[in-house]
Amino acid sequence: MIQLVVIGMIVGSVIALGAIGLTLVYGVVKFANFGHGDLMTSGAYIAFFALFGGGHIGPLSFGYGMILAILVAVIAVAVLAVAIDWLVYRPLRKRKAGLVILAISSLGMAMVVRSLVYIIWGPDQRFYVLGIQRARELPFGIMLKPDQMFIGGTALVVMVFVYLLLYRTRLGKAMRATSDNVELARISGIDTERIISWTWAIGGALAGLSGILLGIQSHLMPEMGFILLLPLFAAAILGGVGSPQGALVGAMIVGISQEVSTEWISPGYKPAVAFMLLFAILLVRPQGLFGAKT
Amino acid sequence: MESLLNPSYIASFLILVGIYAVFSLGLNVHWGYTGIFNFGVAGFFAVGAYTTAILTKEPSTGQYVEYIGGFGLPYVVGLLGAGAACGILALIIGIPTLSLREDYLAIATIGVAETLRRVFINERWLANGTRGMIGIPQPLHGLVDPSDYKYIYLVIVMIILVIVYVAIERGIRSPWGRVLRAIREDEMTAAASGKSVFAFKMQAFVLGAVIMGIGGAMYGHYVKAITPDTFAPFFGTFFIWVMLVVGGSGNSKGAVLGAFVVWGIWTGTDWIINHSPGGLETRIFYIRNLLIGLLIVGVLLVRPKGILGEEKRVSLYVGKESEKESAAPTGPPGAAGSD
Repeated sequence: MIQLVVIGMIVGSVIALGAIGLTLVYGVVKFANFGHGDLMTSGAYIAFFALFGGGHIGPLSFGYGMILAILVAVIAVAVLAVAIDWLVYRPLRKRKAGLVILAISSLGMAMVVRSLVYIIWGPDQRFYVLGIQRARELPFGIMLKPDQMFIGGTALVVMVFVYLLLYRTRLGKAMRATSDNVELARISGIDTERIISWTWAIGGALAGLSGILLGIQSHLMPEMGFILLLPLFAAAILGGVGSPQGALVGAMIVGISQEVSTEWISPGYKPAVAFMLLFAILLVRPQGLFGAKT
Repeated sequence: MESLLNPSYIASFLILVGIYAVFSLGLNVHWGYTGIFNFGVAGFFAVGAYTTAILTKEPSTGQYVEYIGGFGLPYVVGLLGAGAACGILALIIGIPTLSLREDYLAIATIGVAETLRRVFINERWLANGTRGMIGIPQPLHGLVDPSDYKYIYLVIVMIILVIVYVAIERGIRSPWGRVLRAIREDEMTAAASGKSVFAFKMQAFVLGAVIMGIGGAMYGHYVKAITPDTFAPFFGTFFIWVMLVVGGSGNSKGAVLGAFVVWGIWTGTDWIINHSPGGLETRIFYIRNLLIGLLIVGVLLVRPKGILGEEKRVSLYVGKESEKESAAPTGPPGAAGSD
């Protein structure tokens, strides 16, 4: 049981990175980005493309080549996210298209990105490093692979950076202001279009990283991000849309519930568990655990 | 070009256009007329197809094939049963979700569709799990040579399509239909005019779902074999959204035209890629997905109304007289209240 909770926290930290990006975009750009999962996929595959050897760091299954690949992929996905915004969502915003039109177009872009992944890398599963890694025994009989510790640690460090960015920098302040009230932010002299671009860059970078960590945890496949879309939305809505801390808590709840549920029901139902949580929160408290009423 | 112009190919093309047109019309009742953001079409698609399979097939036999029911009932019963099952499903989903914000409703419907798909995958006793249901019987199959059967099915599809189309047109050109459009434009105003927004949305949600269920049943009997993969989000939901958006949402003719155009592009690109040089074969499917994705984004950017756009005036009676009085200001679409 403790074992499942710990694995759930590792999964939760991967979901959290995606969900924080999703909730930031949701808050600032004001629409449900159904393409977020596929940004994750693109990050995982770009890292796969950029990965060249590099030995091993300590007990990890990969080496410095992977660190370099992660950096390349994270930057690439940030650029991709901003580019999609410029090409598609910004023109729609200018036309004052409703949030539904933006959401549908994001599903279209999700399709485009995923199809490109399929066309370039094919439908087969891919692995960063082949081979099986032995789990280490930790106190309380918890078994964790070094790679899983790397995932949890990386996610934690990055989330601290995101927190500092949002609460200790002018950019973060402007992002939070735009998220609260776009009109008011604009009147206060904030260039909201610039803030939106930055939000996409940060959200894209987090999605890319989240995808790579997911790939390290298991394997790469073109549907990997799309499958995670429900857990991402569950985490973001559970925590309250626009709230990064909420998304983190939501992601942990979703991750742990999904893993612990396998004690009683088939693992095939994991996405359904995320959905049931989402459904419950929508019924009881649609603004989320930490969200303000609108 | 011979392969494109032979009658058998055209018949099977039109059968699928007809079936997708039924789905597109159902989604149009949800999104086009009422503004219900249903992203879970695949769920109704699956429930429709599985329901008819369970109702019309013979009972399961061996240990490799397991499913409930198998009542051997006629096609029409399967069709109506599929519609009823989807109507009940819509009622259950609608009660908690229809009063949610539109984007939350979309996420909730995606979740329902995916959860249902998981149920069909994991619960083998229900509908044979990942192996799916094969050998769904076809109506009037004994009448002609199997190779000519598609002409019979084409007639059946067209009859159903016409019935669905006429029924929707009647509904939408009635006071009831105008309330739906009023709700889509502004729920508050509709509520202030004394209309129960929730009740009307629920009626539209159930009606659209019944139509999708019938579409699912038509599909199941045509392809004869269904598996949970048939109802993955791409074909089950996204494809139908593309059809409606391309054709023009809020317009029944647009919904049908969109099915024709998008299915035409889909099969046309297949033909082109198959007849082009180079080793594209293994990637064809994904290149076509890419094109469909670009198509919907392109339409939303360049021509958001779709090919036909919405019909502004939908009344059987207002028609001609008011056209003459063109001096009268034309209200925003759907603003025509209720009588």
